[in-house]
Amino acid sequence: MPLLTSDTAAQLGGPEWLVARREAGAATFEKIGMPNARDEVWRYSPIGDLDLDRFSLAQENITLGETSLEAFSNFSGTVVHVAATGIEIPTASPNGITLVKGSEYGEASELFGSVANDADAMVALNSAHVRDPLIVDVAKGSLNDEPVVIVHHASSGSMFPRTIIRLADGAVASVIEIFVGGDADTLSIPVTEIEAGDGANLRYGSLQLLNRVGWHLSTISARVGRDANVMQFTTGLGAAYDRCRSDVELAGQGASSVLRSTYFGSGDQIHDLRTQQDHVAPKTISDLLCKGAVTGSSRSVYTGMIKVRNGAIRSNAMQTNHNLVLSETAHADTVPNLDISENDVRCSHASTVGPLDEDQRYYLESRGISPVNTERLLVRGFFRDLLEKTPLPLGTAIAQEEIEARLSQESLV
Amino acid sequence: MSDHVLTVSGLTATAAGKEVLTGVNLEVRSGEVHVIMGPNGSGKSTLAHALMGRPGTVVTGGSIKLDGVELVGLPAHERAKAGLFLALQQPIEVPGVSVRDALVAAGVAPEDVSTTLVNEAEAVGLRTALLDRPMNVDLSGGEAKRNEIVQLATLRPAFAVLDEIDSGLDVDALGSVSRRIESATKEWGLGVLAITHFQRLLDELHADTIHVLVNGAIVQSGGPELAKELEATGYATFAK
Repeated sequence: MPLLTSDTAAQLGGPEWLVARREAGAATFEKIGMPNARDEVWRYSPIGDLDLDRFSLAQENITLGETSLEAFSNFSGTVVHVAATGIEIPTASPNGITLVKGSEYGEASELFGSVANDADAMVALNSAHVRDPLIVDVAKGSLNDEPVVIVHHASSGSMFPRTIIRLADGAVASVIEIFVGGDADTLSIPVTEIEAGDGANLRYGSLQLLNRVGWHLSTISARVGRDANVMQFTTGLGAAYDRCRSDVELAGQGASSVLRSTYFGSGDQIHDLRTQQDHVAPKTISDLLCKGAVTGSSRSVYTGMIKVRNGAIRSNAMQTNHNLVLSETAHADTVPNLDISENDVRCSHASTVGPLDEDQRYYLESRGISPVNTERLLVRGFFRDLLEKTPLPLGTAIAQEEIEARLSQESLV
Repeated sequence: MSDHVLTVSGLTATAAGKEVLTGVNLEVRSGEVHVIMGPNGSGKSTLAHALMGRPGTVVTGGSIKLDGVELVGLPAHERAKAGLFLALQQPIEVPGVSVRDALVAAGVAPEDVSTTLVNEAEAVGLRTALLDRPMNVDLSGGEAKRNEIVQLATLRPAFAVLDEIDSGLDVDALGSVSRRIESATKEWGLGVLAITHFQRLLDELHADTIHVLVNGAIVQSGGPELAKELEATGYATFAK
């Protein structure tokens, strides 16, 4: 099935509201069109090379219920499997959490699009083609230590998974999305919407572990309520072009957001991370730390925006991006931006781009460690430093396992 | 007991493009403790880095031989493999890399590393919890110096260059660090070249030989009595 034909919306089936949302998404996309690299949020990206006509909706039935990730060997918690053709939800859900397909959930029509907006072309594309959203609805005051893990299995063709996570007031939960599989003909455009109610606490991870081919353009939009906290961890390791747009709206007084992000590029990969920390309410806090490394002929783009709106007094925003450039043909761009409309606020941003530290290298080599192993240790340490400070044990364990695997495969320089 | 020899002859070197070492000669044998003293800017740290092969410290003449093998021209890790160790004046912070990881990467057997590290940390009074923390990150000056000695004792090099190992150590720590170094000279015949400003380290280490480094060259060598003389008169009498 080709993309964006007038009958796609109906052919994908589901309840009326969903068909209507698809039609609306398609209409919006037709109006705004494909973005191009002249748009600030697409600057430095290869978006002009994306030919939507090349992809039709993925139809392949793939075997769900399995992953090859070692970190899972001891994990006994809830795992949801998602593929282009279907969603597999375990029969028993954790206490207080409703895991359900949007097509079977009465409140889904309200939740859909309540945080992510079709004004963004990728969100509109997702809305236009989503088969069935996955809802993670966490009841008021329910406490859950163990993460809900959602494994997205990519295959040939295009796929538009939508995950909607809602935490009611005072709820505590942890959700990890993992993207695996994919080939050169994969176009993956996922959207995740997160709504954290007053006093809620969410730990969220998005681990993009696709094969190093194909397109992955993801959007994570979060809204954080009064005194609520959302801690996010994202990692981009796979796809030929990997983009993550992560927006956080600090909507309630005292809301806080932590974002820890990593990417690692090799070969001809492009990793592209766009963040927005949007302070709407007073006394809100956002803390962003992102670390990336590029080797081979790969490159990375980070652009970040801190917005402090009128009325968001006594807010505190931090944004830090560090990039290791490990070869002469690799490249990293980093562009931090501030847009501050209040006086009584604290904002800081810092970014670095450079090779491994010469003193650290000398120090380790003076212990008898070969230059190649020194580089591996230092790159591993560069990421580990961030992973160790990220309170999402299963997520960071998986990321670490994958980064270690990459480090042992790559000749770094 | 091993019998190695480190021979430095006619060593000249530049650091950051400036000539610092103008011709250093010295010889250290297994089990010996040599101390280098000298005024600020005389080239002590440059000598340490020239021996270890720090990029940016360029040897322009002379030689550094360990058991007859020329070290000049070899990268730092090969000098380390040949048996040389440098305890840095200011140990470098390495985020995300623990001492344990580094030493395993350096070739210490993974099955032995824990026991050895714990024993060595206890010997110099370093909290063992620090062994799994990133190297030197948020360590006090004294902890970082003890950490250098823990690495030295775990790697068991033939020769150790100690660049102001005494700075940042309190009296008790200086004692335990010195005892560990001294026992290493007997245990496996460690040869020591210690750079210091202070009489105290000489006494603690029971140095065999004192060298006075002025303007990038050793102007006098002698026994411990030379240090006493320096203490009394300063370096002025040695300045050219």
